[in-house]
Amino acid sequence: MGCGMPSTHKCERSNDKVEARNGTLLEVHDLRTYFETEDGVVKAVDGINFQLKRGETLGIVGESGSGKSVTNLSLIRLIPDPPGKIVSGEVLFAGQDLLLLSAEEIRKVRGRRIAMIFQDPMTSLNPFMKISRQLMEMTQLHLGHTKQQAYEHAIKMLETVGIPEPRRRAGDYPDEFSGGMRQRVMIAMALSCRPELLIADEPTTALDVTIQAQILELIKKLKHETGTSVILITHDLGVVAGMTDHLIVMYAGKVFEQAPTRELFAKPGNPYTKGLLRSVPDPTDEHGQLYQIPGLPPDVAHLPSGCPFAPRCDYEQEICHSEFPPFVQLNSEHYSLCHFAQEVYFESASAATGVKES
Amino acid sequence: MNEDKLTVDTQTTRGVPSTLPSPTNAPDVDAIHTPPEVAIAEADVRTAETLETVRASSLWRDAWRCLLRNKLAVFGMVVVGVVTLASLLGPYTIKRTTGLTPDYIPTEVSLLKSFPPFTSSDGSFSWTHPMGTDNQGRDLLARVLQGGQISLMVGIISTLVSLVIGVSYGAIAGYVGGRTDNIMMRVVDVLYSLPYIIIVIVLLSMFRSQTARGQLILLFVALGSVSWLTMARIVRGQVLSLKNQEFVLAARATGVSTGRIIFRHLIPNTLGPVIVYATLTIPTVMLTEAFLSFLGFGVQPPLASWGSLATDGIQNIAIFPWQLIFPGVTMALTLFSLNFLGDGLRDALDPQMRTF
Repeated sequence: MGCGMPSTHKCERSNDKVEARNGTLLEVHDLRTYFETEDGVVKAVDGINFQLKRGETLGIVGESGSGKSVTNLSLIRLIPDPPGKIVSGEVLFAGQDLLLLSAEEIRKVRGRRIAMIFQDPMTSLNPFMKISRQLMEMTQLHLGHTKQQAYEHAIKMLETVGIPEPRRRAGDYPDEFSGGMRQRVMIAMALSCRPELLIADEPTTALDVTIQAQILELIKKLKHETGTSVILITHDLGVVAGMTDHLIVMYAGKVFEQAPTRELFAKPGNPYTKGLLRSVPDPTDEHGQLYQIPGLPPDVAHLPSGCPFAPRCDYEQEICHSEFPPFVQLNSEHYSLCHFAQEVYFESASAATGVKES
Repeated sequence: MNEDKLTVDTQTTRGVPSTLPSPTNAPDVDAIHTPPEVAIAEADVRTAETLETVRASSLWRDAWRCLLRNKLAVFGMVVVGVVTLASLLGPYTIKRTTGLTPDYIPTEVSLLKSFPPFTSSDGSFSWTHPMGTDNQGRDLLARVLQGGQISLMVGIISTLVSLVIGVSYGAIAGYVGGRTDNIMMRVVDVLYSLPYIIIVIVLLSMFRSQTARGQLILLFVALGSVSWLTMARIVRGQVLSLKNQEFVLAARATGVSTGRIIFRHLIPNTLGPVIVYATLTIPTVMLTEAFLSFLGFGVQPPLASWGSLATDGIQNIAIFPWQLIFPGVTMALTLFSLNFLGDGLRDALDPQMRTF
């Protein structure tokens, strides 16, 4: 699986692909990551389940502090310990539980089979290393490239991500690159070992809107070319809409709603998702005010016994405060964590058809 | 061509700050009539050129420029350079021109005494011994230069020893953190509280070597092994603040091993403060060496250092003051210069520590 030799690397991968084409690449079962703090145990990720098929893109959306990033750091076991700890769960990556691997084994997965792009390209490159060396480190480490091979590969990757004059720029230090260019370098680094899964943690948040579109387009293009699966974390629903196949909406460390992207946008089955969708600014609405979900995200260290969203919810009832909501299946691929999931779903479904009729 | 033009331009602008900047000055008349497309094209060319110049200025270049602006640091650099060169080449040159080696003791009985500077055996002016001679009639200049070799060697090598120990120790403590860090730093605290000069003396007398060269090597190790403590603390502090930065997380996410993260990713990032502190450690170590030589634990004859020369000189201070003055002044000047250089480097490399 983890191929060391560059020569055998290609064929082994294609075998892999044939064997598991359209198969599930990643399965997460009941993942719980808790942090011990002075205020008590923070359940940053609390019982998450999801699946990702090969070649698909999964979006994870939610407000700040909803556990998106922690989920993904948990996948490759980069939670700072202490204070963090993965308490329970299974992360089956190509059938192998990543949580059971030794430190040495998980290191071979990181970067080689699961790569990550971080939020802030300004700080995620080592300021004291030449771009070429940072790129070369990846393939020297994982694919056993010699210096010369690694250098040529680095140049090729820089070219792939659209850096002009890669040979000249490779000798530069990160501070000689703009933010967008650095994010391109990060993408080049992440993809240089042709990983099976790419985790992009808010890859465009720190960038200009114009650059954002370019970077997203680039990820999309490279994903298409390499067949990599992608997990895209963001709080920007606009980003997610054109990029992802499936969506997960997270709130207070839990999955609130899970559906194919199209379905979720058209017929949200959860009041929180509805709120999120409503808060996307609508340029056609001239006199309208910006909508915001009332209240603040809850303190994850002291969650109420009922639904964590209840205090901010339009559909709030007695039961929401006393009982934790069920995870309701709305149709074959659509789930929602709400006492009134059915009602919300039908309401938005009829609203959607209503719009169509008018 | 273009580049030449650009440099000329900037120079004139810099040279004559009172007049208007030349780029607006010269094409002033044309500018009004230039069609907008051409103007835009020109602007593009100009940005490309400035990009070129921006690219050329890296961190080290900036630091170097900043260092050159500091007059005291430049003075220090020049003096240190001259003293180092003289120490390396001096004894050899003297041997070629006068035939005197640093440990040449004249066989003639009349020469077996200390002559003042620029004096020959009959009392007349002579260039043979610009610093005079010592008790045995050895040329003091040659002795001082040879002593410089040893003193600088002690300073540099002991600092390197302390650098290797201190940097790795501090970086490991800082990166691993938690209990390991706690224990490692308590060890440093304990060592701090011991009088280090006594440790050095104990080390030197415990492992006393038969040869002068062996004693010298022992001196490097002994001095180096007591002067790494502050270095370890500095590096640990740097690593603590660096290790939570995203590039370390990114490196871990790409499967880089802990050792490689510490030594390839973190330590290069601490280089600024490390270089500064190392430069300031050299004079401290040299001073300690002089002190040890003064006590008789340092460099053993026939080797000489500035410290041991000064010790010899002190015994005759009333009659032959030059025997103390020349090695003493040379040493003081060098230490001074090293300190200036260290301060200059700190200003250049470590902007946070700059105090105005």
